[in-house]
Amino acid sequence: MTQTEFLNIVMPFKDKVFRLAKRLLVSTEEAEDATQEVLIKLWNNKSKFEAYKNIEAFSMTMTKNFCLDKLKSKQAQNLKIVHSNYQDHKVSLQKELEAKDSLDWVGRIIADLPEQQKMVIQLRDIEQYELDEICDMLDMNNTAVRVALSRARKTIREKLTNTHSYGIK
Amino acid sequence: MVLNNIEKLLEKYENGETTLKEEQVLKNYFTSDTVAPHLEIYKPMFAYFLGNQQEQFTKDVPLKTKNKFNYKWLSVAAVAVLMIGFYFKSTTQNELGTYEDPQKAYNEVVKSLAMISTQFNKGASTVGYLDELNKGTATLGYLNEIENTKNLIFK
Repeated sequence: MTQTEFLNIVMPFKDKVFRLAKRLLVSTEEAEDATQEVLIKLWNNKSKFEAYKNIEAFSMTMTKNFCLDKLKSKQAQNLKIVHSNYQDHKVSLQKELEAKDSLDWVGRIIADLPEQQKMVIQLRDIEQYELDEICDMLDMNNTAVRVALSRARKTIREKLTNTHSYGIK
Repeated sequence: MVLNNIEKLLEKYENGETTLKEEQVLKNYFTSDTVAPHLEIYKPMFAYFLGNQQEQFTKDVPLKTKNKFNYKWLSVAAVAVLMIGFYFKSTTQNELGTYEDPQKAYNEVVKSLAMISTQFNKGASTVGYLDELNKGTATLGYLNEIENTKNLIFK
């Protein structure tokens, strides 16, 4: 397999890999590294591509495992201070601030969710995968995905209502 | 009514039972300007989902094509080296020259064979000392006798 063939397969979902990684790892740099790592792993195993039913789902599973490992490792725990710093330079124009602020709230709420719900929300509401595909990727059964999804959505709605009515969290 | 429909969809949505198509309907509704006031809460949620779909991975990925060492070429190289070796060997051997006269050649052979045999005999005579060694080991056999008697005593 040549590089171009490989890129043709990988291109359509590399952004999805990146976004899932970012959802889990928070910082852009970390997510970029993770994506790179996943793609290089795919490239090194390209001879086995025919054996996989669905390379995209396989890559997403790989990303999930890689990121969860990363979060568990000591290195990630040391970097936490950097993670919370990254939003600072985003503060910009006054006009955009308000609209963006409520969007940021959603992001923050999702960041507070448990890992599994985070992934389900990411895969379903942002990447728009079918439930069966998500089952495949996360190695969960259909009901578990549904329950996680429902809980995540309810939590987001509740917290949004709270921040809206109180103004301050 | 549209609003009624949306509210129903929202309920299904929160239970995780909507299909992708129904979710698309919700997304379209909440990104439009005509959102009912009591549903405003959902606006940032769907806006966030849509906004996050745009993010892209821009970093380059260094894809290294591994240059596997090909062992086929190793054998080719080995053969080439051997050929060169043989070529030089054969050219240098020619320069040693041969005896034209058979009698002279015979004398030379006899001379070198005689030399080999005398040298060999010299070497072989020193081997004779090995006999002494055998004798020595034979006497060691008496140690067995001692062992036997010792066993008799201690049993």
